[in-house]
Amino acid sequence: MTIKLGVPSKGRLMEKTFEWFAARGITLQRTGSDREYAAAVGGIDGVSLMLLSAGEIPRELAAGRIHLGVTGTDLIEEKLALWDQLVAPVEELAFGHADLIIAVPAAWRDVDTLDDLDAAAAAFRAQHGFRLRIATKYHRLVREFLRGAGVADYALVDSQGATEGTVKNETAEAIADITSSGETLRANHLKILSDGLILKSQATLWRSRTADMDDEERLTLAALLQKLA
Amino acid sequence: MPTRSETLAKAAQLRAMFEAQGAMVVEPPILQPAETLLDLYGEDIRARAYVTSDALRGEQMLRPDYTVPVVQMHMAHGADPARYTYAGEVFRRQEHDPARANEFIQVGYEVFDRADPAAADAEVFALISEALRGLPVQSVTGDIGILMAAVKGLDTTERRKAALMRHIWRPRRFRSLLERFAGQTPVPVSRAALLAGAVESDAPMIGLRSTKEIEARIDALREDAQAPVLSAEQVALIAALLDVREVMPHALSRLQDIAVDLPAIAGAVDLAAARADALAARGIDTDQLAFEASYGRASMEYYDGFVFGFRVEERPDLPAIASGGRYDALTKRLGQGDEIPAVGGVMRPGLMLELEAAQ
Repeated sequence: MTIKLGVPSKGRLMEKTFEWFAARGITLQRTGSDREYAAAVGGIDGVSLMLLSAGEIPRELAAGRIHLGVTGTDLIEEKLALWDQLVAPVEELAFGHADLIIAVPAAWRDVDTLDDLDAAAAAFRAQHGFRLRIATKYHRLVREFLRGAGVADYALVDSQGATEGTVKNETAEAIADITSSGETLRANHLKILSDGLILKSQATLWRSRTADMDDEERLTLAALLQKLA
Repeated sequence: MPTRSETLAKAAQLRAMFEAQGAMVVEPPILQPAETLLDLYGEDIRARAYVTSDALRGEQMLRPDYTVPVVQMHMAHGADPARYTYAGEVFRRQEHDPARANEFIQVGYEVFDRADPAAADAEVFALISEALRGLPVQSVTGDIGILMAAVKGLDTTERRKAALMRHIWRPRRFRSLLERFAGQTPVPVSRAALLAGAVESDAPMIGLRSTKEIEARIDALREDAQAPVLSAEQVALIAALLDVREVMPHALSRLQDIAVDLPAIAGAVDLAAARADALAARGIDTDQLAFEASYGRASMEYYDGFVFGFRVEERPDLPAIASGGRYDALTKRLGQGDEIPAVGGVMRPGLMLELEAAQ
């Protein structure tokens, strides 16, 4: 049997991952037509490549269906409770940098800290009759962060994309999302709270703590990790 | 581990005990409208309760406890006074501790009675204490009402008191607010700049929060900056109050001492003393009963008076075997203009059987 390596199936994250492995003597490539999710591994025997959606890699690692996987810290911590018991970081890949942050309209002159956000939320609820809405897809991370900071009177609303637009569309008052340069935030007239950094994320190679291995696979994994180190 | 049928038999036995006290058996639905619970608890409830949904009724929650539906039912068409009991599953989402059950049987007793709150508190505590007799549990009591009275009685602005009341349930936040109002922590740079009129923004207004709301908050911050700081003595009194952690008679005398300097808590302390008498009258050894002024603050609950819990000291891994308290304000929030003093408690028959078997 083989060591299964899960890699994001599209875009820059896939290309950068391929480059990172190539620099260490492991060639990953897609085979077949452009649309077919088939792949091959060169430079080592006994490793098979699985192209997966980045969002599914945490679940596959946790279930032990893949031995290694590349995905962001943000997705691991959001999707897996007790993540450190299920997966272990092997290497940070130094790309795919993104910060999970809380942002509010830049016009909110009175709001710069979580403390301000909490007070504004209380006043907002009294004025509008519902809780201040924060749009995000990172429900767990945001909730735990805000609970730790003692922010109350907010509600999370789900936003799976174009989150920066929700405030202008009046479906949320603030957002919690990942950003790398902050440009999209600025373009949408939003600003980051000065203490609103929830998590710094980057693409990381993870090892599953739950995947079964036979002796042969164990040797393959050791050889692979040695090349990657 | 006890089997499910053993646990259900134990639950039925406990519920029968409450029925014998004149309680009416109630069986609220397992699925509760999520809106009510979200409105009461905010986003935190999502970390604690299972949420499900359908296209017709929208979001619903698997009941995380019985208190809210029992209060709703009582406020809609309850007798006055009334006593209720129930036994059944509650569901708790678990994200941190795999050893904690996410579904378990709870038995409860809720008393809605205006006549004598101290006696009603003692009744609930004594009945549960009696049901737990022989098990290696230790009880602890507290009273959130005393802390609330202390906050209301502080010599400071109404706005600051409201901010503190809002964070009674978040001890860390409460403490940092207290320190800020007392001028013990530096004003954040951005706040100082805002107050100095040095924060401008030419960003367009987007979203529902209006310019008027922003200006109103800035005015409130300016007003607050002008208000005198909360005195160090008053901060110390709150700290002294939260530190009270003794057996009941000593705790009461400590509280009475604090009430000399903080007269606003005198009424609440009298109530605690009356409760101690009522407990003693019900046969509770109050000389040995633990009282902690900060007990029950860190839990996400609705209690605003008497609180209590029964735990196993040697088994810190176990959750409380029984717990409860007074929740007068909840009846007001769910009562649509109506309100009634209410107190209740719950037990976990599964854990009780586990403890019995270990003996």
